[in-house]
Amino acid sequence: MSKNELGDNLILSAKRNVSRRRFLGYAGATSALIITAASCKKDQAGSTSGNTVDLGSGDTGVLNYAYALEQLEAAFYIQVITSPYSGISALEMSYLSDVRDHEVAHREFFKAALAGSAIQGLTPDFSSIDFTSRTSVLGTAKAFEDLGVTAYNGAGKLLVSADYLLIAGKIVSVEARHAATIRDLISPGTFADMTALDANGLDTANTPSTVLATAGKYIKETISASKLPTS
Amino acid sequence: MNLQNIFSEIENKDPEILERLNTRRNAMRDFAKFSGKVAIASLPFALGSMFKKAYGSPTAPTDIIIDTLNFALTLEFLESNFYIKAVASGVIPAGQATSDLTTIRDHENAHVAFLTSAISAAGGTPVTYTAASFDFTAKGTFPTVFSDYGLLLAVAQTFEDTGVRAYKGQAGNLITNNDYLTAALQIHSVEARHAAHLRAMRAANGSLIPAGVTVKPWITLNQSGIDSPAVQPSYDGEEATSQANVNIIGIGGNSYIDDKAASEAFDEPLTKDQVTAIVTPFFA
Repeated sequence: MSKNELGDNLILSAKRNVSRRRFLGYAGATSALIITAASCKKDQAGSTSGNTVDLGSGDTGVLNYAYALEQLEAAFYIQVITSPYSGISALEMSYLSDVRDHEVAHREFFKAALAGSAIQGLTPDFSSIDFTSRTSVLGTAKAFEDLGVTAYNGAGKLLVSADYLLIAGKIVSVEARHAATIRDLISPGTFADMTALDANGLDTANTPSTVLATAGKYIKETISASKLPTS
Repeated sequence: MNLQNIFSEIENKDPEILERLNTRRNAMRDFAKFSGKVAIASLPFALGSMFKKAYGSPTAPTDIIIDTLNFALTLEFLESNFYIKAVASGVIPAGQATSDLTTIRDHENAHVAFLTSAISAAGGTPVTYTAASFDFTAKGTFPTVFSDYGLLLAVAQTFEDTGVRAYKGQAGNLITNNDYLTAALQIHSVEARHAAHLRAMRAANGSLIPAGVTVKPWITLNQSGIDSPAVQPSYDGEEATSQANVNIIGIGGNSYIDDKAASEAFDEPLTKDQVTAIVTPFFA
């Protein structure tokens, strides 16, 4: 999507609230993008104190939260592809290589977009994962992908900027594609079973604290989400 | 959503808003009064009515939300009716394939019921459609959709990929309401799960896949993976390799992230007009 399209999209969503003339002030600010602009001027950047990594506040904090999760996923799949489990099929290798590429792309996107506001590179702790075991690797992949989907679904409402909401939307559907694919590798037909969905056919949306309680087990640093918005 | 930030942003861009809202003190007091009276879930509607007062807009946020939810409901009716006929067609192989399409059918039915109820709860009038509302041959473009299993899967894939792009394109319209935004996101990711699964089914089935194209659970460039130009508008624009001015190809010095991977890593939105143009042939 071009810069102009991004701006047009934002205009589309907002011009019904605010007259176009007045809205041009926003459009000028936001089409300049990226993540340091507009609604984030009160945001606090990510920071590190001792072993604790603070995600920061506002939209910046939410994006750092996503960056932390993408770092975890990328590191995991890099390891999977570096030392594939025994008996990996050609199809599995192809799918998992693609997923690695996507997660690295997500990680590097957030790093570039957040620039000086980004949290540090995190240190993964994969000591609980047996990378030689298909069951362990795919089970972890499923957990990470489902967790990522619930994280982005829960984080959408925390964002103020429609631009960042769109970016999050562009990523979460790819995470959902991964989740479905990994699930089907483990057990065909479980791409969207009732362990992921509720009776309304809705995926889960989780808060950062719920997500980080699980994700944190795989990260050596302690992640603080205390300054993130809650609504 | 941080309301205080929104107020200060608007004040920044439109200093007159406070006069429009009388005085800030009055505005905030009014808002506090609203807040005291209504359930938390309805707070955004109270905010919407404030904007309506300030700008006299005929399309206040509440109307945008209802319109957006009805647009989503229309697409869910389309999908739901498609899978009801698909599962009943007798062309889907027994076993896993029938089980999978039945699962998807049930989700789409649940989405119809959920959105219908959500729109009513929001004070809107939900749209309604019946089997007779649809023409899944798309005016004769897909005459064998319910007798050719490969074509059935191809149309299903297109509906799901389009649905993902449609929800994505509408998220901004729901940003003023946390509950409806979150619900829409929760449906959006389920459509993506469906799309991924159907794409894998098509890859295994092999029917209607153009020569030299590999169909994966994710969308590569703007490839539909379907041997029909009719579905191309559902994939145009997916070839983007730059996001928010960040070039994704080779990003971070990772040369293995080529244009294909860069396009796959991010799904792209479609506007309401684009989606409407795509689905209109499927309405009788």
